[in-house]
Amino acid sequence: MSQVGLRRIIFTLVALFLAGPLVVVAGVSVNEKQSLTFPPQGFSLNWYYQIFADDGWRAALINSVTLAAASAAIAVLMALPLSWFLWRRIAPWANIFRLLGVAPFILPPVITALGFLTFWATVGAYGQAWTAAISHAIFFITLPLVTLSLGFASIDRSLVEAAATMGGNDRTILRTVVLPLILPYLISGFAFAFVLSLNEYIIAYMTVGFTMETLPIKIFNALRYGYTPIMASVSVFFVLLAAIIFGLIARFGDLPKLLGALSGGGK
Amino acid sequence: MSGLQLQDLTKRFGSVNAVDGVNLSVPHGTFVCLLGPSGCGKTTLLRMIAGLEDPTAGAIVLDGKDMTGVPTHQRDFGMVFQSLALFPHLNVGENIAYPLRIRGVDKAEQKKRVDELLNLVRLPGLADRPVAKLSGGQRQRVAIARALALRPKLFLLDEPLSALDAKLREAMQVELRQLQQSLGITTIVVTHDQREAMTMADLVVVMGEGRIRQAASPIQVYRKPSDAFVADFIGMTNLLPLKGNGDLLGTNFPSLGMAVGSAGGHLSIRPEDVRLVAPEQGTLTGTVTFVRDLGGTIETFVDVQGVSIVSVTTPRERTPFVAGDAVGVRLPVESCVVLKG
Amino acid sequence: MRREPPRSLADYAPLAFPAIMLLVFFVIPFSTMIAVSFFRRDPAGFYSRDFIFDNYERFLSAFFGGVLGFSIMLAVIVAVVCVIIAFPFTWLLAQASRRVQIVWLVVILSILSLSEVIIGFAWTTLFSRTAGITNIFVWMGLMSEAQALSPNFGAVLTGMVYQALPYTVLVLYPAIVRLDPTLMEAARTLGSSPLRAFFNVVVPAMRSTIVATLIMVFVFALGSYLLPQMLGRPQHWTLSVLITDQAIYQSNMPFAAAMAVFLVLMSLAFVGLTLLVGARKGGEA
Repeated sequence: MSQVGLRRIIFTLVALFLAGPLVVVAGVSVNEKQSLTFPPQGFSLNWYYQIFADDGWRAALINSVTLAAASAAIAVLMALPLSWFLWRRIAPWANIFRLLGVAPFILPPVITALGFLTFWATVGAYGQAWTAAISHAIFFITLPLVTLSLGFASIDRSLVEAAATMGGNDRTILRTVVLPLILPYLISGFAFAFVLSLNEYIIAYMTVGFTMETLPIKIFNALRYGYTPIMASVSVFFVLLAAIIFGLIARFGDLPKLLGALSGGGK
Repeated sequence: MSGLQLQDLTKRFGSVNAVDGVNLSVPHGTFVCLLGPSGCGKTTLLRMIAGLEDPTAGAIVLDGKDMTGVPTHQRDFGMVFQSLALFPHLNVGENIAYPLRIRGVDKAEQKKRVDELLNLVRLPGLADRPVAKLSGGQRQRVAIARALALRPKLFLLDEPLSALDAKLREAMQVELRQLQQSLGITTIVVTHDQREAMTMADLVVVMGEGRIRQAASPIQVYRKPSDAFVADFIGMTNLLPLKGNGDLLGTNFPSLGMAVGSAGGHLSIRPEDVRLVAPEQGTLTGTVTFVRDLGGTIETFVDVQGVSIVSVTTPRERTPFVAGDAVGVRLPVESCVVLKG
Repeated sequence: MRREPPRSLADYAPLAFPAIMLLVFFVIPFSTMIAVSFFRRDPAGFYSRDFIFDNYERFLSAFFGGVLGFSIMLAVIVAVVCVIIAFPFTWLLAQASRRVQIVWLVVILSILSLSEVIIGFAWTTLFSRTAGITNIFVWMGLMSEAQALSPNFGAVLTGMVYQALPYTVLVLYPAIVRLDPTLMEAARTLGSSPLRAFFNVVVPAMRSTIVATLIMVFVFALGSYLLPQMLGRPQHWTLSVLITDQAIYQSNMPFAAAMAVFLVLMSLAFVGLTLLVGARKGGEA
């Protein structure tokens, strides 16, 4: 069998497996009545409308987006100076902070979540909304840290030297050369952190689960009282949102390079 | 004192002296080529002048002012990098205007200067072109224009033409020299290409193992190399072993023995100065081993006592010898350079 | 520009914010958790300060031994299945055109970022009697009547493979893309069929990458906390589920913390193993 034929078969099987549950969920989400049947009975986009119309779901959506935006912003604000410092200075010991930034992402999330739970409970801030933003920022700092480190590594140092010979001091060079070159990586890092924070459940649950509902928490809580098609429409909404954001990164950035492949064929 | 003085400049990396006690005086308006094999310290020397490396010892003085501790961005030297270092996020005009922009020069003034510079490097009207859309030669010119934007006192170039193909490189060498002469700017170019150095320089500085081996005019370096290293590095040469008693490949020349001293050394003679004659008329005698006819020149290889001597002639003065012939080798005394060691 | 060691206090300034944040909000919480694992449970509040080993002693029961054994077995199976599917897939992906690669990467990233809640919900729906895949089988005439396919072990395994597969592909992708394509071509010119060349050349060349990936996916699967609950029965619960359960529903934070510390040690041991494999791989190169 030719390699192309084999590729077609394996790609199709993987695509079917990955798409399967999403297709069913998408089918369920357009049911006309409030029942989870598949194939769907009738066709209605009402359940998508309900995400924004229903007070509970809309509040959860706003909570989630606010949390994701805030935590991604904090994560980038931490990752940018850290990765800049590691690139600009010779300070091997400072790599301990890179390690600290990557650790929460590699360990099972339940552990990080429990760490935050005990910490916020101990300092008496348990349940405050801002604790979730900080917790997510720490948990997801890995993403901007990795993309920004990659971005800094890709800057040709002679560009910075050239700017210096033309009269740029450290601050001017940072503003006029380094930041413009790093911007795509900064945006990707923010977008990665944003999407993952939007979907994150266990840390949000263990920090603010009883005081604030994010969308994943809302879905999980709603599951206990029975399934409704609105959960399906929210799920589809999330998949599409992620696909659009990653699609934009791919459109304006170099996705294979961001994911660790060699510099792509574009250059 | 006007011009650039390097005083006992040294750079040590670990236990290696990349640049080792360099002393050099460059008068104002001179075109200098730092020439040497890779790893000889020429790039490190240039980077110290630019302030991109801190010297371990020594001083850099420009027009009587000590620049040694001055940070790069306050030196106001123009520099062209080997990679050219054009900013990919800026277009041609923005690249050239960069040093003006960060000094707050107003927009109209910037534009005027950019147009002036683009004319100077013969790229009029390209200001809005993205850098990625330029050819190799155009990128070269943009990098030069950008480095000249501030009318620097010192113009530094690190292997600036190495990315170009051979033909374009030759043309750019001539152009760069003409540009330098019209501006009268003190210029230092690092290169490993001796043809490039011969084409452009007023002063060729040959470096080896972190030291200056010879600093002189191109023709002087070629005709009167100071040692075997320089003779060998600049152009093609015949380096013949010369014993202290005046023995040169089995024949004794007492006058050469006096010149070289008892320790012995080498006799250097350029291939175009070696004449091939009938066996009995030569200074030395040998056997032709190979004749290479390159069209424009003809190289004849002669074996004398196990040492190969090359003679280069033009087709007009072609000699009748073929491989296997016995031949006399004449070494005109005015063309011979005796090198100690 | 030269990289230089920081000289003045101002040179350290950029480090201040990230360092303080990471120390205060990661190192301290982590230490707090370790401390709490030695505290005593307090039914009225979260815990009371103490220094006891009771929380760790509870592991020694047959019940926790069983849970631990099941967690490890499940994670091992997930890792093996994922690598078996992902390796040939990623290898074929690396051969595909840049466009095709990008489309797949977007799809894989989108699914990787999906909330475990949503993955669980999607699979319970697909496995359900009313909205499940069996309805399609009935419609196609393959089955006489729709039935529920969960909860059971197969459902847990399927869900977790779904969750870990995109992760596996992304871990393998950089290493596979960098693999010298002439390796395969050389094997082909020597008379190997593509399939034989794949097993005789590509797989051995990537052996250490495959081992490292297995361990990373194993640790990833160990962290799954919702899918075993949503798609399985209580006997399919893993250590991660128990930690959540103890911390939130049983309000026994000290015991949850002790289990978490144990899970960290186990994960770290396996991450260490990955690094060791990586170092060996570096030594070979």
